[in-house]
Amino acid sequence: MPLVKDGRIIEDRYLRLAEGAAVPAHGAIILPASRFLADADNVLRRDGPTGVLWPNDRSVGELAPWLGGLALIGLSFPTYKDGRAYSQARILRERYGFGGELRATGQVLRDQFLFMLRAGFDAFEVVKPADAAAFEEASRRYSVFFQPAADGRITVARARLQRASSARQAVERAVSARGVRRHSAAAGAGMAASPSMIHVRGPRERG
Amino acid sequence: MTSPLQQKLRITGPSVVTANRLRDGAVVYRTADSTWTNEIGEAAVVTTAEAASALLAAAKAEGTRAVDAYVAPVLIDGDRVVPGNLRELIRLRGPTIELPITFGI
Amino acid sequence: MYAYDEYDRTLLAERVNEFRGQVARRLTGELTEDEFRSLRLMNGVYLQLHAYMLRVAVPYGTLSSHQLRRLAQVARRYDRGYGHFTTRQNIQFNWIKLAELPDAIADLAAAGLHGMQTSGNCVRNITTDQWAGVAPDEIEDARVWAELLRQHLTLHPEFSFLPRKFKIAVGAAHHDRAAVAIHDLGVRLRRNSGGEVGFEISVGGGLGRTPFLAKVIKPFLKKRDFLSYIEAVLRLYNQYGRRDNIYKARIKMLVHDLGAEKFAQEVEAEWSAIRDGALALDPAVVAEIAARFRYPGYAPLDDNPPELTAARADARFAAWLDNAVHNHKQTGYAIVTLSLKPVGKPPGDCTAEQMDAIAEIADRYSFGEIRVGHEQNLVLPHVAQRDLPPLWRALDKIGVATPNVGLVSDIIACPGLDYCSLANARAIPVAQELSRRYRDLDLARALGRLHINISGCINACGQHQVGHIGILGVEKNGEEFYQISIGGRADEHARLGALIGPAVPYEEVADVIEDIVETYLDLRARPDEMFIETAERVGVEPFKERVYATR
Repeated sequence: MPLVKDGRIIEDRYLRLAEGAAVPAHGAIILPASRFLADADNVLRRDGPTGVLWPNDRSVGELAPWLGGLALIGLSFPTYKDGRAYSQARILRERYGFGGELRATGQVLRDQFLFMLRAGFDAFEVVKPADAAAFEEASRRYSVFFQPAADGRITVARARLQRASSARQAVERAVSARGVRRHSAAAGAGMAASPSMIHVRGPRERG
Repeated sequence: MTSPLQQKLRITGPSVVTANRLRDGAVVYRTADSTWTNEIGEAAVVTTAEAASALLAAAKAEGTRAVDAYVAPVLIDGDRVVPGNLRELIRLRGPTIELPITFGI
Repeated sequence: MYAYDEYDRTLLAERVNEFRGQVARRLTGELTEDEFRSLRLMNGVYLQLHAYMLRVAVPYGTLSSHQLRRLAQVARRYDRGYGHFTTRQNIQFNWIKLAELPDAIADLAAAGLHGMQTSGNCVRNITTDQWAGVAPDEIEDARVWAELLRQHLTLHPEFSFLPRKFKIAVGAAHHDRAAVAIHDLGVRLRRNSGGEVGFEISVGGGLGRTPFLAKVIKPFLKKRDFLSYIEAVLRLYNQYGRRDNIYKARIKMLVHDLGAEKFAQEVEAEWSAIRDGALALDPAVVAEIAARFRYPGYAPLDDNPPELTAARADARFAAWLDNAVHNHKQTGYAIVTLSLKPVGKPPGDCTAEQMDAIAEIADRYSFGEIRVGHEQNLVLPHVAQRDLPPLWRALDKIGVATPNVGLVSDIIACPGLDYCSLANARAIPVAQELSRRYRDLDLARALGRLHINISGCINACGQHQVGHIGILGVEKNGEEFYQISIGGRADEHARLGALIGPAVPYEEVADVIEDIVETYLDLRARPDEMFIETAERVGVEPFKERVYATR
């Protein structure tokens, strides 16, 4: 299963440990949640980066005390239709400021890459090699984003305001250069109207 | 959930395997020689659960010709095969109502 | 009208490209049906009994004449020359081919139309009052807030794979014409005692197998908090809504299981963490969106012009005027409802020829604007009263001037078993038969307001539980049967109807409805006591007795 990190297919340097396996003293490892929580402080004192595989039905708030020491959090998509990990990712990035690797695991498909990137994931265990190869294209599929999310891209609402403001500044510069007085644009024609009582009433408005 | 392929099939009479064609959604029936037809008369008619399961499994293994295959009841009327319930009748013949414009189904 | 700009157009174009690629991958087998299904659903593409069905959103029910012409063109080019308007301000095409869908969607996108999020487990088309912006009884134009939400929830990275679908309605008028109470999330604009305008937020409404009316969890939400609060609701639902059982996955079950009060507390807790973040609304952003809703340059006209008084001499015109024409905010103007419920025809269906003609009529008489209502009728929102006589003649000519708006034959019905792969029984032929039985408009008028809603299965697309009379198709041993309920309503006094007794067979439905209507006529306290008022006053029993006495 190819691993895509920061947009490139790379070798996974992490060793994924099963529930009962002994924790090696050195090297990069990923632990199941329960194994990690059982001995978190000691595990984090090891020599080497430590990651945890966190289930999608458990609050990521439980990880708060150790976020500074964790190098990686793997979140899970049991099927691509189960979107709980999107919320977990945003909360980790936006609320807790988690700066380590956020890895999408499970049924990770091409058509979800952009949503995952926006939610704060930066690493992807991709099911199909063809999807991993298409990562770059899939992540550029959209250039317009309406909502603020964990990726910090500018929203359309912001872009519109900035454009309007720079247009206004340009006009102001032009106007002051010519020394012409500006007229305010007529606003909202037809918005305000007096209520009327006409006799063309039908039956009561439909519920 | 048990996959439809693993579910124990129960059939109460003659049955066919039907699906919709991937490209246009048209109603199709599985034939004995592993193709699809839009003529119900050309469909493979099975009468046992084993035969229905086998026909369905083969139909479901299809990647790109037809989708959402399932077993549907039919009635044998002399040498004619006709749909066994209203839903299947509507699938074969089209809506029971007069359509604004009909180009033929 | 809301004017799309380059951002909206870019997004739609990118969406078309994405979907074209997905269809290509499906046709070659690179995507399995299971992988493809939710991708197509999120573009409004269903596989129905006979063909693929494409559901196109009409955001907050507002269409331009240009867009309506484009819908007509798509109906002709890719379908069979007609479309079906639904109860959620969408239009559906019933006969589209998958291989041609990318082209159809590209044609729609060129006119600012799309099927994005009209299906799938995401936030669906956001609906509102079809009279928004022109209704005399509204606080503000609800569409501004619906548009703000539409933008925020389009391709939302966190909420595109929710446990189940999520429907939002926004209403701003005294009368609720948007059926807010039956939505997963309902927004009603409110003015508080200090005169400030904000929102009443309700959650957990929905019909289907386990119907609930939405419960208010926030009596007054400030405008600046509009997006952050709704984000908090969605975030809770995304994380805690049930995913193990499709019948328990809607937010109504979460609200029911937790209790509305506890749910509200959880929302408050999540909201407190995000309310002052990036989602706190900048008034400039709201103003920017509001500014792109263009209102017509109304002429200074008087109410009741002489042309109107003179035309009243024609009884047919007068009947239509009294039924289908309503008060407008602007003096001298009127709101006109176009009935898509002619006698004996499928409710909500509209041919390409009618669409083209209505577009032409809208250009001439309604500043090029058309609205779609949840009752499956269309509306011309800005008609000068002096133009009503020629407008009526034009509408009558194309069959959309039946004066039955809000009456017994203005039936809401889903496509039912004639089209839908989920249906258990037919809905359209039942509606057709009822509309034939009540073709006498004098009788229909004498009955007054009476809403009949028909669903072909428990998914309740025909919203039968909130019909004054509700009809639900079920299957019994391979036969079509129908459960009848009475006393439901979807307005500001929303309530769910009650079953009157055992289901009746297809052949008897119309007779049973006639019995119910006759019972009402016998029982009503006065001629203007509406059916629903009588039903609320006397309860189910008298209706039940009458219906089952001889059955």
